[in-house]
Amino acid sequence: MFYKNKLALAGSGIVILLFAVSLLAPLIAPYDPGAIDLKNVLASPSWEHWFGTDQLGRDVLSRMIWGARISLKVGFVATGLAILIGTILGAVAGYYGGWIDAGIMRFVDVMLCFPTFFLILAVIAFLEPSIWNIMIVIGLTGWMGVTRLVRADFISLRERDFVRAARAIGAGDGRIIFLHILPNAMASILVAATLGIAGAILTESALSFLGIGVQPPTPSWGNILTAGKDNIDIAWWLSLYPGLAILITVVGYNLLGEGIRDASDPRLKK
Amino acid sequence: MLHYIFKRIIFMIPLLLGITLICFFVMRLAPGSPTDLQTQMNPKASAEMKERMMSLYELDQPIHIQYWSWLKKISRGDLGTSFSSDHRPVADKIMERLPITITINFLSLLIIIVVAVPIGVLSAVYQDSWFDKATAVLVFIGFAVPTFWLALLLMIFFGIHLGWLPISGLRSLNYEYLSAGRQLLDLASHLILPVFISAFGGLAGLSRYMRANMLEVIRQDYILTARAKGLSERQVIYKHALRNALLPAITILGLSIPGLIGGSVIFETIFAIPGMGQLFYMSVMARDYPTVMGILLIGAILTLAGNLIADVSYAVADPRIRVS
Repeated sequence: MFYKNKLALAGSGIVILLFAVSLLAPLIAPYDPGAIDLKNVLASPSWEHWFGTDQLGRDVLSRMIWGARISLKVGFVATGLAILIGTILGAVAGYYGGWIDAGIMRFVDVMLCFPTFFLILAVIAFLEPSIWNIMIVIGLTGWMGVTRLVRADFISLRERDFVRAARAIGAGDGRIIFLHILPNAMASILVAATLGIAGAILTESALSFLGIGVQPPTPSWGNILTAGKDNIDIAWWLSLYPGLAILITVVGYNLLGEGIRDASDPRLKK
Repeated sequence: MLHYIFKRIIFMIPLLLGITLICFFVMRLAPGSPTDLQTQMNPKASAEMKERMMSLYELDQPIHIQYWSWLKKISRGDLGTSFSSDHRPVADKIMERLPITITINFLSLLIIIVVAVPIGVLSAVYQDSWFDKATAVLVFIGFAVPTFWLALLLMIFFGIHLGWLPISGLRSLNYEYLSAGRQLLDLASHLILPVFISAFGGLAGLSRYMRANMLEVIRQDYILTARAKGLSERQVIYKHALRNALLPAITILGLSIPGLIGGSVIFETIFAIPGMGQLFYMSVMARDYPTVMGILLIGAILTLAGNLIADVSYAVADPRIRVS
């Protein structure tokens, strides 16, 4: 148990560090992330540029520090949207049952037939690629798992005595759903949200890497990797460090999510 | 058995209709009509293109009639004509690239099974051993690695640093002059990295799942019975336990299909493989809407078909499923 807690602690440490770096980006970035230096194009890592420079001579470390803001923002906004949709649909389906439940769950089944990445790309093809569109599209295509989860919780909770008691004293459906049942489902929603943030960050970086996500010159970990691919035979540092940042961030959120799950559900503990 | 398959196919029809509805909705997602969008956002859009859009989606008709006639068209296999300069039917463009994507996804599935099942079984049988702990760490990292980044690193290491493997395309330039055996070898060396990258995401998931399954099966009464009647540990694990743990894994494989197909966009683009995923990426970049919608539809139908195959093989392997 202590071992597990240590890992969860490491996870929260990584997440807090990411917050700190994003918040303090203007203070800790050694260079202006957009400062072009044509005398120092594709310079390998050195004391002046720890992570080297890119094809325009911009400092990779500084761009990665500013890119952390994008990851943080995308993770929270996209997942927040997915959790909001998933929770409302799952709560309504689980609480009311019957044809409302059947309708919502068939909709979930249909949405799950689409390879998520295809759906995201298809929608983006119709919109301008911008950070806000990316976040909204990732959120709109990622709520199905949450719906299933919340629905299962609501089905197991809706006939409990405390719900009957609330109904007996005349509480309306909205009050029962949001004030009585939902707080009991919060733990699993929180776990899904933490793991969802990790997924959203991975998706955004893949989209930006393909050039459909965050558009240059705004730095994001994904679009630095695009430069890495373009200069794959001469500048390994462009490929290595941003990917490591993504990996560590995702590991951090995953550890945190599993830590919350273990803490909230004693049955899952080994 | 036939009855079961028939039932599954009937069950798919509402899903198929739902898929077409969502595709239709995505087409209409943009503010205004798709033709406005074309002319506003795509400098290459011409009046002729606009006309073609109009006739393809019958935009002058009410929306339910538009949907109905689009549905009739796609049920005939008519996905419209591509906006790209070749003006070819979308269905043809997809069909000539589909075999490559399906082959790579199929090879990836094979690799996932061959690698993940033994890992899962061994880490369950030797629970808490160093092997179990090491694979737990690897799996955890596996869940968090961006596959396109891993692809870049492998390209740098095996393709550029060591020079062992080619890093793009399916064939070498001198492919036509090679002997049949050499051609196969050439194709294989081009496929190693893409197939590995495509399989990578599924490896972590299935091995974790196999481990959990195996741990549960080992605690069942019939395993105790098998041990009690004096069977060797080997027979208990590989004959009695493994079979029962393998069955539910079929469903997991079915569920991993959309991820594999979706991932084809990434690895086909990185490795310049002329499959459906690369076509999808190029169509998105060129705003070739008929092709984008065609591939979205085909991708969903492939997922549906994959799930059907998984369900049916599960029913073949486990008679209990057919009854319920």
